[in-house]
Amino acid sequence: MLQGYQSWVFENKPVIIGSSAVGGPFEAQGNYAADFDILHDDLWLGEDSFEKAEKKMLEQACEKAIKKAGLKKEDIQFFLSGDLINQIIASSFTARTLGIPYLGIYGACSSAMEGLALAAMIVDSGFARYALAGTSSHNAASEKQYRYPTEYGAQKPPTAQWTVTGAGAVVLGREGDGPRVTSATIGRVVDMGISDPFNMGAAMAPAAVDTIEAHMRDFNVDLMQYDLVITGDLGKIGRSITKDLLKKHGIDIPEDRYIDCGATMYKESQPLIPLIAGASGCACVATVVYGHFLNRMRKGELKRILVIATGALLSPMSYQQKETIPCIAHAVSIEI
Amino acid sequence: MSSKKQKKLTPVQQEYQEFAKAREPKRPVLKNCIRAFLVGGIICTIGQGLMWIFMNYFGFDEKTAGSPTVAVLVFLSVLLTSLGVYDHIAQWAGAGTAVPVTGFANTIASAAIEHRTEGFVLGVGGNMFKIAGPVIVYGVFSAFVVSIVKVVIKMLGGV
Repeated sequence: MLQGYQSWVFENKPVIIGSSAVGGPFEAQGNYAADFDILHDDLWLGEDSFEKAEKKMLEQACEKAIKKAGLKKEDIQFFLSGDLINQIIASSFTARTLGIPYLGIYGACSSAMEGLALAAMIVDSGFARYALAGTSSHNAASEKQYRYPTEYGAQKPPTAQWTVTGAGAVVLGREGDGPRVTSATIGRVVDMGISDPFNMGAAMAPAAVDTIEAHMRDFNVDLMQYDLVITGDLGKIGRSITKDLLKKHGIDIPEDRYIDCGATMYKESQPLIPLIAGASGCACVATVVYGHFLNRMRKGELKRILVIATGALLSPMSYQQKETIPCIAHAVSIEI
Repeated sequence: MSSKKQKKLTPVQQEYQEFAKAREPKRPVLKNCIRAFLVGGIICTIGQGLMWIFMNYFGFDEKTAGSPTVAVLVFLSVLLTSLGVYDHIAQWAGAGTAVPVTGFANTIASAAIEHRTEGFVLGVGGNMFKIAGPVIVYGVFSAFVVSIVKVVIKMLGGV
């Protein structure tokens, strides 16, 4: 049901009955390694292209989530997914494998929460008994898509982020045990004029703030009612900008109640990941939330969380044509 | 940012640019320069050493020793690129690895490796010069302009 201007309340509170996170070699050394269901030590996953490797991870994530939900893929009515490769082939090819009726979505790195919000809406309204939402990204495949060849020796600035290799998926159902999706706020596209694709955190931060404010306005709540506010992949710089922007807008959030998945994904000491402002990519928020944070909710450590996934809606072409970077953020609240 | 670009932005956007800029770490320019100087210098010293070897042991003279030297440097760069090492050195060294001929070899090799999955013709062949292409195009073009300037000066009785 519509709440306020741009938010949805899910009255039946769809349940996350299964969730999964699949990661690559860099994630296996990171802070959340223990919460991944499957970790790969090879970027290729034994496939002959990075795109196929990404597809394989998404397939594994979906199959794992369905299995953990105690279902078979025939039980799932709809599959929603998005990724970063041109024409979202990782998602569509996974849908081909699964054979589940499929809706492809694209919200760049916000795809995870876009998918979750839409899947929750489908289940909540009774248009499906079970819906599956997934997303994936692959470091080398995204570099190839958006930037330079992976082995090209271009120095990255300190604001650059590192795309997560991984995939995450959730199965939503009307009944069952587990964390419940209670509401969502769909974001507007916000463009504050940042045009540097190596500075995504600063580009996306205003979108996150806009969506957080919209969420608070639509539900007339403050952020303190959430145990944790989690943003997707703003990275260290984007996180600090977001925090300061919120403060400027009169919203104060304690340091320990606000986590950014991108800023915390990797350890400082991790080899081969150059300096860098943190992690990014569709799989960043997906693997951390569907893995780590849902696990903590199931353990009872967290009761209510608000997840805001941010996405930069640029293309390599728009960047070359000197366009600024439009960004978006979607918020979903999960309770147990 | 150029003033032309700045003008296109609304006041709110401009204000945000300032706001964000104050919270971004700057590129460590001095550190980058020193590293580039060191690594670039080392690469050039290796080149000089190779040239010396070619001149003293393989019968090349100062003019002809350049070609085998460049060939060896290019080979080393391609080898390091294909072993996945070059980009890590480059992240540390910056312009130090980008400016010498090794950087040029790296652009071609990395693009060729990257697009191998799309086949030899459309993939490797079509994308190999993706990054190096502009360098060649504008390198040749500037050489052309410079030589015309030289010819004109000569015709006018200059050196």
